[in-house]
Amino acid sequence: MAEHHSTYVPKTGFERWLDARLPIVRLMHDSAVSYPVPRNLNYFWTFGGILMFMLVSQIVTGIVLVMHYTPHVDHAFQSVEHIMRDVNYGWLMRYMHSNGASMFFIAVYIHIFRGMYYGSYKAPREVLWILGVVIFLLMMATAFLGYVLPWGQMSFWGATVITNLFSAIPVVGETIVVWLWGGYSVDNPTLNRFFSLHYLLPFMIFGVVILHVWALHHVGQNNPSGVEVKNYKKDTVPFTPYATVKDLFAMVCFMIFFAWFVFYHPNFLGHADNYIPADPLKTPAHIVPEWYFLPFYGILRAIPDKLGGVVAMFASIAILAFLPWLDTSKVRSGKYRPWFKFAFWTFVVVSVLLGYTGSQPTDKVVLSIGGRTILDMVGFAQILTAIYFAYFLVALPLLGLIEKPKALPASIADSVLGPAGSGHIAGAHAAPPKH
Amino acid sequence: MTTSSRFLLAALALSGFAALAQPALAAGGAEKPPRQKWSFSGPFGTFDRAQLQRGFKVYREVCASCHGLEKLSFRNLSQPGGPGFTEGQVKTLAAEYKVMDGPNEAGEMFERPARPSDRFPKPFPNPEAAKAANNGAVPPDFSVIAKARTYERGFPFYLFDIVTQYQEQGVDYITALLLGYEEPPKGVTVEPGLHWNRYFPGNKIAMGNPLVAVFDDAGKPHDAGFYTDGTPVTREQVSRDLTAFLMWAAEPKMEERKQTGTKVILWLILLAGLLYLTKKRIWSRLEGAH
Repeated sequence: MAEHHSTYVPKTGFERWLDARLPIVRLMHDSAVSYPVPRNLNYFWTFGGILMFMLVSQIVTGIVLVMHYTPHVDHAFQSVEHIMRDVNYGWLMRYMHSNGASMFFIAVYIHIFRGMYYGSYKAPREVLWILGVVIFLLMMATAFLGYVLPWGQMSFWGATVITNLFSAIPVVGETIVVWLWGGYSVDNPTLNRFFSLHYLLPFMIFGVVILHVWALHHVGQNNPSGVEVKNYKKDTVPFTPYATVKDLFAMVCFMIFFAWFVFYHPNFLGHADNYIPADPLKTPAHIVPEWYFLPFYGILRAIPDKLGGVVAMFASIAILAFLPWLDTSKVRSGKYRPWFKFAFWTFVVVSVLLGYTGSQPTDKVVLSIGGRTILDMVGFAQILTAIYFAYFLVALPLLGLIEKPKALPASIADSVLGPAGSGHIAGAHAAPPKH
Repeated sequence: MTTSSRFLLAALALSGFAALAQPALAAGGAEKPPRQKWSFSGPFGTFDRAQLQRGFKVYREVCASCHGLEKLSFRNLSQPGGPGFTEGQVKTLAAEYKVMDGPNEAGEMFERPARPSDRFPKPFPNPEAAKAANNGAVPPDFSVIAKARTYERGFPFYLFDIVTQYQEQGVDYITALLLGYEEPPKGVTVEPGLHWNRYFPGNKIAMGNPLVAVFDDAGKPHDAGFYTDGTPVTREQVSRDLTAFLMWAAEPKMEERKQTGTKVILWLILLAGLLYLTKKRIWSRLEGAH
């Protein structure tokens, strides 16, 4: 932020000494105290902070769990039960960690959809957005690896199904699968490497999060009007106390939601089958991934060809990285784009329905007339997959060219106060307010 | 919040849950089990100590010869939130079991009476022995079975379950299974070694009706004094008692969890209220704040 100069003033002799050598207090002050925040952010902008909380919560509970967990096919299931029964507050750590994964994804999906609705991926925030897609990918990998660790039936068969996807790669597929497994089937070497990687990836996420926040603080936050900050005094407020207290309030509300599941309903988001120890000789009736993978699983199964399905599934995530260039509209915020709004909400509904198809048996009948099947689950998923990709490849490029957006406010301050009221804003400027 | 952002919130909440995975126990031909009333359901639910003690008796006398409880130790029976046996009772009870210990100083394994710290001995030394004794099927361990069984709730009921906290699918299913043994419908042949059950997925179950150990064909108990606390000995009662015990065995920290949860959530609500007021106060410094 070219206009935003550091307002940090070292107060003590030690702070002055340190500031001349390692300006770390200045860095923290500039990024968490005086950092200018658009004053019109709504509560959807609190999910970045909530995600940071979830990442830390997952890492802390995970580190404690590792102290008691045994990554071995003969002991993993037992050691999880040991945590649940014999470790002090082990049940709390374990349920926080397993439900925390779901909470992490709920928050990240809200965060992503918010970015898509308000056009947060558009220039100059392309790199910020792509780093977010990288974090999302790493999160998916971490969650998948973690679900294997309790070594229940769904752990084992989920690992088998997902690793087998790589066998679809021509020529080297089978070799890659054996390499991933560390053998000729999902077995102890697989569990060991999954455990190792499950411990590694969160720290990689943490690293990319730092880049994500760095990019964010460099270009500044987008806001519901999508209009860039023009006048720091009028359009922004300092991060502390304004955003800090708002983020904290939202975070605690999210914790209540989180606590509801952890304490009252801890197995709702999981599968009963994962309380059956892994049995390589007994395939569960339906192998279903965790809810947060279901839309992608729906796309995978929509394509009758194995390689095609795998390509479509990975493409459905990779395409997110190209959003900044697929969306041709000059207007950022969906608020001022009536046709985009329709396309966006269609996309949201289609994503949810894809998740539904992913949870159902493929041969289930969706629509039948007079006993004749018109549409089964695969056919339904194919239609939805087509709409999913059409949003990116047809709707976004075209709408920007043909849509007539509504009039934008002249500034952020105008969007809050109306054009008349933006003259005098007491106390709102991007420096710590005087007390 | 504008209407559209409220809609966004609702849609996203739905996207999180509407697509929830269906339990894998969805094989056709089984009826949905009827809902039972459980003392441990809901946010303030606790186990009925007397029921857990009765259920343990049923487990011990009817199920234990085939089904293990290998993740539990005898001492668990006297822990808070459980059946509430005294430590003395548990000591006596444990001593009735024999466990393998050793090696001793001579390098030999030896049998000794169990102590409260010992785990419940397994009914079979290995899965092969279990298969050999049970027509090729391994009787599952009972430690977490109440959480390992369920039935499909279907859309939209699992969404309501988030609010009502209905999570007793496993115990409802097990109770129904115990009471679900019937003559097969006309025209259906049940292969030897299998039995017809209304609630079992696929209807053909390897386990014979376990309640015949307690009741005759007319539903009368072989021993009217099976329960010593005056509880009527009926098939329904015995099934529910055993199932409640299995729920406790699967989730021995449930009472502590729910009670901690209430404190945590009340504290968080209070904190959220204070933060909201603080937020309002701070933002009121701005003109046109919202």
